[in-house]
Amino acid sequence: MNTIFYIAGGVAIISSLLAITNRNAIHALLYLILSLLSISVIFYILGAPFSAALEVIVYAGAIMVLFIFVVMMLNIGLEEEQENKWLTPRMWIVPSILALALLIIFIYVLKEFQFEKTTADIIGPKQVGIKMFTKYLLAVEISAILLLAGIIGGYHLGKQKKKVLHRFIDNIRKI
Amino acid sequence: MVTISMEIQILFAGALFLTGLLGLLVRRNIIFMLLSIEIMLNSAALVFIIAGSHWMQADGQVMFIFILTVSAAEVSVGLALILQMYHHYRTLDADAINRLHDKKENEK
Repeated sequence: MNTIFYIAGGVAIISSLLAITNRNAIHALLYLILSLLSISVIFYILGAPFSAALEVIVYAGAIMVLFIFVVMMLNIGLEEEQENKWLTPRMWIVPSILALALLIIFIYVLKEFQFEKTTADIIGPKQVGIKMFTKYLLAVEISAILLLAGIIGGYHLGKQKKKVLHRFIDNIRKI
Repeated sequence: MVTISMEIQILFAGALFLTGLLGLLVRRNIIFMLLSIEIMLNSAALVFIIAGSHWMQADGQVMFIFILTVSAAEVSVGLALILQMYHHYRTLDADAINRLHDKKENEK
């Protein structure tokens, strides 16, 4: 099990790195899906099978499909000169150093903590559901309101106002 | 089950978070910035799952579901905003929208 954790973790970090360094948006999204799937493996071996299923269905299924649809709708890949101009390997140095500094601080802080060892056990959907609809009922309702706001916001912002007066006028302008 | 110490697991989640942060710092394409935010949210959810499995409480997974909700709402609104931005400016460069007032409208 430990080996599976290390392999899945390595795959997750490498595919995340490839996702953020890739020029092509579709390839980056596919790498991100790979990363999400390996994180879902980690959830599974940590004893959270319900969350692993949700990760695959909602994250890798729904959210990433939304991303891919938008990328395909925008038809990008032609006009990114601005980023291509200064996204050289040299640009990665300073942010990488900053992120590494944060990582070192993180390791230092983690060394100070002492976690007692417990034997992990599987926490199934039943326990999660009971906890969610008793102790966290208010939070569930608040997140329902948040999703409603997301729907309304997405609908309102996604609407495109028609700027074309008539198709003949538009054709003349093009010519 | 996994017998790796919790420090290593949290370290892994932190490395994933910093990967997302690095992407957010370097990339200027707004789709990649949103994607990096997704990586960061996901690593935060991973910490909740790790803690939940360590103390054998279901609270971690409940929090994971809430993070999932927040991230779904964020992505839908963010992608709608990206569509609007592309519609107005014909670019996905985040630096192209740093003006409050539209210059082209002024010229007309």
